Amino acid sequence: MTDHAADHAADYGGTSFEDRMATVEFRVSDRAHITVDTDVCRSCTTKACVHACPAKLFVSTSDGGVLFNYEQCFECGTCYMVCDAEGAITWSYPEGGHGVVLRAS
Amino acid sequence: MADRYDVVVVGAGPAGSAAALVAARAGLRVLLLERGPFPGAKNMYGGVIYGRILDALLPSWWEEAPIQRWVTRRATMMMTDSQALTIEFRGQAWDRPPYNGATAYRADFDSWLAAKAADAGATLVCATTATGLLRDGSGHVRGVRTDRPDGDVEASVVIACDGVNSFLAKEAGLYDDWSATHFTVGVKEVLALPRDVLEERFNLTGDEGLDIEILGGTQGIPGGGFLYTNLDTIAVGVVLSLTGLRDSGKRPEAIISSLKAHPAIAPLVRGGELKEYSAHTIPEGGMDGIPELSTAGMLVAGDAAHLCLASGIWLEGVNFAIGSGAYAAEAAVDAIRAGDPSARGLAGYRDRLERSFVLANHRKLRGAHKLILGERTQRQYPQLACSIAQQVFTVTDPEPKAGMRRWVHGERKRVGLRLRDLARDGWTGWRTFG
Repeated sequence: MTDHAADHAADYGGTSFEDRMATVEFRVSDRAHITVDTDVCRSCTTKACVHACPAKLFVSTSDGGVLFNYEQCFECGTCYMVCDAEGAITWSYPEGGHGVVLRAS
Repeated sequence: MADRYDVVVVGAGPAGSAAALVAARAGLRVLLLERGPFPGAKNMYGGVIYGRILDALLPSWWEEAPIQRWVTRRATMMMTDSQALTIEFRGQAWDRPPYNGATAYRADFDSWLAAKAADAGATLVCATTATGLLRDGSGHVRGVRTDRPDGDVEASVVIACDGVNSFLAKEAGLYDDWSATHFTVGVKEVLALPRDVLEERFNLTGDEGLDIEILGGTQGIPGGGFLYTNLDTIAVGVVLSLTGLRDSGKRPEAIISSLKAHPAIAPLVRGGELKEYSAHTIPEGGMDGIPELSTAGMLVAGDAAHLCLASGIWLEGVNFAIGSGAYAAEAAVDAIRAGDPSARGLAGYRDRLERSFVLANHRKLRGAHKLILGERTQRQYPQLACSIAQQVFTVTDPEPKAGMRRWVHGERKRVGLRLRDLARDGWTGWRTFG
C-alpha cells in the first residue's frame, strides 16, 4: 500500500476516504486476485483505473507506472473495464470466503 | 459437497437461488455454490426489489421476506446545479399485499432466498469460488472447478449465475462482444438516521418507503442518482457510465458527494452517519449486451447474462435475476429428464425468456438506454424542464405573464435544443415506452 497522504486532504463531504473504506469489511486473502503489468502501464497516458476505481486501489508512480493493492477491493470490475490496454490488468475473483463482505447494501 | 450433481448453480444471488429452488423442487440433485462467506455478501444494488415474480415461486413471500420498507412513494427528480423538478407518485395500495416494490439489504434478502433453495433440498456451499469450467473434448460443459481441495464438481447442467463479471460465461465463449460501453458502475452510501427522524423527514408511516431516481446529478457523466429509504438508514448513490467515468477524470465518490451537497438532496441526508460504502458494476447494455444464453451443458442467468433492465423510468434487476434463474432451472429440468443437456436440449431456456417479461421487456425497451444516457436526456432535458418550471412559477409583476408558448420556445433556444432532435427523441421515446 502506498502512502495516501495527499488523499487525506481530499475530504469529500466530511468523510475522508479512509473513514469511508473503514465502513466496509474485507476478509483479506494472502493471494492477490489482481495483477498489473506495469510495463504496459508506463506507456498508458490515461491511467483511468487510478481515478475510476471506487476503492482507490491504484496510484500512479513517479516513473510512470501504476502501484496497486488488492486488499480493499469491492470486486466490481471497473478497473479492467476502463483499462484500454490489453492485458495490463488481470483480474479474477478472490478465493472463496475472502474479499469484500457487504452487510447493509 | 459430493463430486457429482444433476445441476450445479454458481452464485447464490437471486438468479442462482431461484434456479436452485426450482431445480431442487423438481427432485434433482442440486449444488448451489457461493463464493462469499454467506449469500449476498458480494452484492449491492440501487435499490428496489419488485416481488411479483416471487408470487408463483414462494406464495405469500411478503410475510417472511426480510425487507426494509415497502415502497409507496416513487419519485423522479430532474436537476440542474441549483434547481430540481420532482414528479412523485404515492400509492397506498403498494403498502399492502401483494405489494409492489421493497427495499432490502441484499445480505438479508439473498441469504433468505438461498435458504429457501436449501429448504427445498439444494446443497448450499458458501466460501467457495468456481474457478473454471470442466469440459469434455467436444467443448461440452461437464461441471465446474472450484478452489476447494479436490474441488472439481461434475454436473449434467451448470447454471452460471456468477454475476456481472461472469468469468464462466466468458470462459464458455458466450460473450463475443464484451465492451465497457455496456456497463455502468454504481456507488452507494448507506447512511444511518434514527427511525423517527427518517420517517418525519420523508413523510413515511410504519413500513412505507420512498424511492427517488435522479436525472442530471452526475456532474455531466452519463448516468443517474438515487436515494431510497430503509428502516433506519437511507441509501444515496450514483450510477455512472463506465466510459463516461473513464473519460471524466473524476472519482466516483466525489460524484456522490456533489449529489449529497445539492440543495434538493442535502436536507434529506443531513446528519446521516455513514454505515457502509459500496460499489458494483451493472450490466446496462440492454439487448445489445446480452450474450449467448446457453451452450452444451450450461445456461447463464441474472447479471451474468446481462439481464438488468435500465430503461430510465424502469430500473429493475433482482426480478430479472429471479425470473431468468427460475426459467433456466425449468429448462435444465426438461433437458435432464429428456436425457439431452446439449445446446439443443437446453434451447427451452431461450424460448421461456422470450415468452416472458425477461426478454420481452428487454426487446421492447431496446432503445431506452441509449436515449436515457444520451447528452440531451442527461443534460438538456433536465435543464429545459427545470427552467420552464422556474419561468412558470416566477411571478414577474408588473410584467404580464409571457405564457407557456413563449416560455417553452425561449428556454428551448436557451438550452440549445433543436426542434428536430426534440421530435426525434419524442418519437423514439414514444416507440420505446409506448
